[in-house]
Amino acid sequence: MSDPGDNLRRLTDLYRTMARIRAFEETALAAHKAGEIPGPLHVSIGQEAVAAGICLNLRRDDRLTSNHRGHGHAIAKGADPKRMMLELYGREGGYCRGKGGSMHIADFSVGMLGANGVVAGGIPIAVGAAQGLKMQGSDAIVTCMFGDGAVNRGPFLEGLNWAVLFKLPVLFVCEDNGVAAFTRAASVTAGPGVTDRAKALGVAAITIDGNSAMAVDDAASTAAAAVRRGEGPRLLHVRTYRITGHTSTDAAAWRPQEEVEEARSRDPIARLGAVLAERGVAPSELGKMIEDAHAEMAEARKGASAAAWPEPGVAFEDVQDTGAVAWSKSH
Amino acid sequence: MVEVTLIEASRRAALQEMRRDERVWVLGEDVARGGLWGQYKDFLAEFGEQRVVSTPISESTIMGAGLGSALVGQRPIIEMRIFDFVMCAMDELVNQIAKIRYMFGGQAKPAVVVRMPHGMWRNSAAQHSQMLEAWFAHLPGVVVVTPATPADTAGLLVQAIRSDDPVLFFDPKDLFWVNGEISEPIEPIPFGVARKVAEGDAATVVTWSAAVPVATKGAELLATHGIKVDLFDLRTIWPWDEGAVIASVKKTGRLLVVHEAVEVAGFGAEIVARVVDQIGPANLKAAKRLAAPRIPVPFAPPLEAQVRLSPEKIVNAVKALIGA
Ligand SMILES: Cc1ncc(C[n+]2csc(CCOP(=O)(O)OP(=O)(O)O)c2C)c(N)n1
Repeated sequence: MSDPGDNLRRLTDLYRTMARIRAFEETALAAHKAGEIPGPLHVSIGQEAVAAGICLNLRRDDRLTSNHRGHGHAIAKGADPKRMMLELYGREGGYCRGKGGSMHIADFSVGMLGANGVVAGGIPIAVGAAQGLKMQGSDAIVTCMFGDGAVNRGPFLEGLNWAVLFKLPVLFVCEDNGVAAFTRAASVTAGPGVTDRAKALGVAAITIDGNSAMAVDDAASTAAAAVRRGEGPRLLHVRTYRITGHTSTDAAAWRPQEEVEEARSRDPIARLGAVLAERGVAPSELGKMIEDAHAEMAEARKGASAAAWPEPGVAFEDVQDTGAVAWSKSH
Repeated sequence: MVEVTLIEASRRAALQEMRRDERVWVLGEDVARGGLWGQYKDFLAEFGEQRVVSTPISESTIMGAGLGSALVGQRPIIEMRIFDFVMCAMDELVNQIAKIRYMFGGQAKPAVVVRMPHGMWRNSAAQHSQMLEAWFAHLPGVVVVTPATPADTAGLLVQAIRSDDPVLFFDPKDLFWVNGEISEPIEPIPFGVARKVAEGDAATVVTWSAAVPVATKGAELLATHGIKVDLFDLRTIWPWDEGAVIASVKKTGRLLVVHEAVEVAGFGAEIVARVVDQIGPANLKAAKRLAAPRIPVPFAPPLEAQVRLSPEKIVNAVKALIGA
């Protein structure tokens, strides 16, 4: 980290990851609008610095649990956007063979233990995964991503308490975009907030600027290292802003335009771009990374829209081994 | 063979499997001190506090953490203390454990065993007596085990621990102190194979869990009146031994399903419907269910007795069924 060359490479990596996440979600939104992708999409446009900054500090064998807004987490953890796009389209070859969709992207081969359709659902799973890793004597850690809405559900209290009691290697990350679906999280959250709640349970917690990829990277590097050293759980409260609506069909017209404009001026990708430019990266190089990301995702879209649907029998697979119901044409 | 109580049989099964496979661990309230009934007695000393974990009263996280550990390769026994508390962990059970393999396209098989001592016992009233196994038979993605004897409890628990499927294990708490023989070592019993308890052709009686000894007494009483029934203990209600039941009803033409749970929308309804579907109404002279009224389990002994099955109730139901 001290070598300026290394640092530049690191920042470039962050930038590329953020560009890929943004391009994936913009492409998916366009495909959804064109009627190619069924069901709701929860995109995280404006929040890319969190996924990129956290996951840059994770190893492949570190595990991650995510929430309903998990495309960025998956890409940053190393999932393949082509297979993600196939899944969004519900096609064979997708991560879940068309049985999960956007809300259930998982790639166990890179430690991505799954997005989750239930708010706070990933928290108990994360502490259990950490407990399992600890039992195995592994030094891998678990990162648990959730929104500010999740801190009002019981599993948040239970999970933090549990992680402290058993001194588990969990990095909790509260991605605070200020809203829970359509409700201002502050209007439904008592007390001074998530870091205070965490500290009350003995979890070291700090609030950071989640629109600065560098700040997230810094904080994550310190926190992940402490967690990996066996010091128990840490929590990062990461303030950010979701530029787009709650789901693909929400234009977010319910928010004041000035608020959105102000947030756009703090766009994490542009911000890191400015830093990179200052450090001598040519604008053309930055532009190229964004173009490449869009080309990659356009390719993924093309592949997905042309891919085959799963055979009907696929719906009957992977339910359970014993007591599974076989597919028959009469069903 | 050795004669032990049902709860001791379950202890020996878990002990055997924890010795065999170091990925097996147990988590739940008070398990380190041996569990509420001694089902994990002396486990802490042998396996240590990493594998025998007394947890906070956090049912969501007991269930969810068990799952999380399975996702990294452990094989947890998740102890729910008493069935009724599983309701505090429904999201983790229904939305996560039962769904994760399917939703993720087969990337993970959540090999968890959830132990839930269930059923009526000692006038424990509405929140400590429930029998809602039908809910879980309704839930794709899980195996539902409902044993009634020490041998079956032991064999099915071994099978459950070795299974890659999530297994919901309904420990019959009213039968914990019943004695019976178990083999050593304990051999796994496959899911979905009923045990034939009595043989006869007057009617087919199907039951499971704590209703089994009651129905067995009922069948014995009937036999003294010269009425012999085929009596099946299903042992697991998902999968259930459709083949054995249907073959029997083809022979007897009459079916009685007996369960402790509420009759309305209980698993007995499923059995009757399947049998009608498979053998056709013309081949069925009568089909009935004998189960609880749709009321919570009351506290006072005489009130509770109205909910409870008895051998006499079974005798009367079979007699009505055959028109005797
Ligand atoms: C247990 C549960 N309750 C409600 C919902 C519906 N829901 C989906 S996302 C959401 C808002 C979550 O807010 P937050 O955690 O802050 O994440 P954000 O959407 O803001 O990224 C709600 C209420 C749900 N999925 N799960």
